[in-house]
Amino acid sequence: MSMMRELYTQVILDHYQRPRNRGKLEDAELEEHLLNPLCGDEVTVCATFDGDKVADVKFSGRGCSISQASASMMTERLVGKSREEARAQIEGFKAMMIGEREFPETDDLAALKGVIRYPSRIKCATLAWTAFQRGLGIR
Amino acid sequence: MYDVDEIRREFPILDRRIGDKRLVYLDNAATSQKPRRVLDALTKYYERHNANIHRGVHRLAEEATAAYEESRAKVARFLGAPGTTGLVFTRGTTESINLVAYAWGRKNLREGDEVLLTEVEHHSNLVPWQLAAQATGARLRFVPIREDGTLDMEEAGRLIGPKTKLVGCIHASNVLATINPVVKLARMAREAGALMLVDGAQSAPHLPVDVEALGCDFFACSGHKMLGPTGVGVLWGRPEILEEMDPFLGGGEMIREVRLDHSTYNDLPYKFEAGTMNIAQAVGLGAAVDYLGELGMENVREHERRLGEYAYGRLSELEGIEIYGPKEERTGLVSFSLPDVHPHDLSQLLDEEGIAIRSGHHCAQPLMRRLGVPATARASFYLYNVEEEVDRLVEALARAREFFRPYAI
Repeated sequence: MSMMRELYTQVILDHYQRPRNRGKLEDAELEEHLLNPLCGDEVTVCATFDGDKVADVKFSGRGCSISQASASMMTERLVGKSREEARAQIEGFKAMMIGEREFPETDDLAALKGVIRYPSRIKCATLAWTAFQRGLGIR
Repeated sequence: MYDVDEIRREFPILDRRIGDKRLVYLDNAATSQKPRRVLDALTKYYERHNANIHRGVHRLAEEATAAYEESRAKVARFLGAPGTTGLVFTRGTTESINLVAYAWGRKNLREGDEVLLTEVEHHSNLVPWQLAAQATGARLRFVPIREDGTLDMEEAGRLIGPKTKLVGCIHASNVLATINPVVKLARMAREAGALMLVDGAQSAPHLPVDVEALGCDFFACSGHKMLGPTGVGVLWGRPEILEEMDPFLGGGEMIREVRLDHSTYNDLPYKFEAGTMNIAQAVGLGAAVDYLGELGMENVREHERRLGEYAYGRLSELEGIEIYGPKEERTGLVSFSLPDVHPHDLSQLLDEEGIAIRSGHHCAQPLMRRLGVPATARASFYLYNVEEEVDRLVEALARAREFFRPYAI
């Protein structure tokens, strides 16, 4: 189970157990539903904006611990960001997940580093991020 | 005498270790492992006989053609087909069904016609018909399942009528472990003047199959799920129906005479085998059905029935587990969900213990929706699996659950 502790880190399990910003937003300006066709997991992300800045983000749907924890971490990161900053953040994260960029050591996101070794699970980790990216109009 | 230890020795991969654990392969519904004699048949074909078939007059071409055609005859016998004329090699079940949906469907379906499928179908017996329906204006209808996952045959009786042109049904479900009453459906189809297609991807590897006794018009299966190589599958069709169908793919071998503006087509089954086929794989499939024949499909079925029953019992010991499908009359696979652990996380933790199971929607999204779950875990057994492997599965599941229980939502 030691390898499993590397994958299922405390941070991931904590976000899985107590997801931040789970739910829906009544007056969402951005709402995007995405299905992982490989496994049937699904996520809906929605956001409100204050001018150009993300005011609130929520996610809902069902999925494995990796996808749920990653979605939870994403919501924490995007609040207060401009659309451009959100776009850059998402691209940066996706680059980390394919090994093109280093995970910042001090960031909670580093908890997802172990997922890289399991290619079939990378899509789980990026599901919510891709949904938000699409919501921003980026395909 | 069915000696499972002796059988296991035929499969080199079963000695494989994953980390320090011996592999427990329980993803047989996705693809089966291959016995040495199938691997040897592939090697021997490439080392001794490799050539293109049906054309050259040199020695190798003669040998390769003979091996390929011999394999066709073996598979025809294995499936109880009355001859080789209706036995078409394809790439697998998916291609076989696409062939029918395209070559039969587009020619024979009209607006107002109906194709009757079931809620249990694998995507491979659903999407090709959606495409055919879009192209022709025909309508798809579906036999629902009852609570236990068996087909609602009363409803089937109401749904089959004069508009029905074809009934298509998966013989053994890749999710629910049900064996569907295809003989009955075929009879109902015939009485309504409709054709019957049986998706045998999960039945041909595990149950005795006789296409004549089934009373179907088309039967599709995949070689790789029945000890054969990937890349080869089978469509058996009644020759008189295949004869009337247009070709599926055009090209070499499927023709008789080609002019610049038109062509005439080859005899059956070659009319449906365009281009160079997967010759070595077809030869390998011949070796696979030889082996299955030696073991006896009745014996294979009995072994898997017992193992499935054992697994059902052992898995039921896990508190809160949900097992899908009926209790009785099952094939050798079990789909289940454990509370507290997502199927993805489950198969990841099991992989760590060298146990290969499947998690996901099993290419049956409409059925998953009907069951109200996004995904399930599935352990599927084959002729070489043993009770000890079921025990390892159950123990690993209990550990996975312990791992996740503190974090349950």
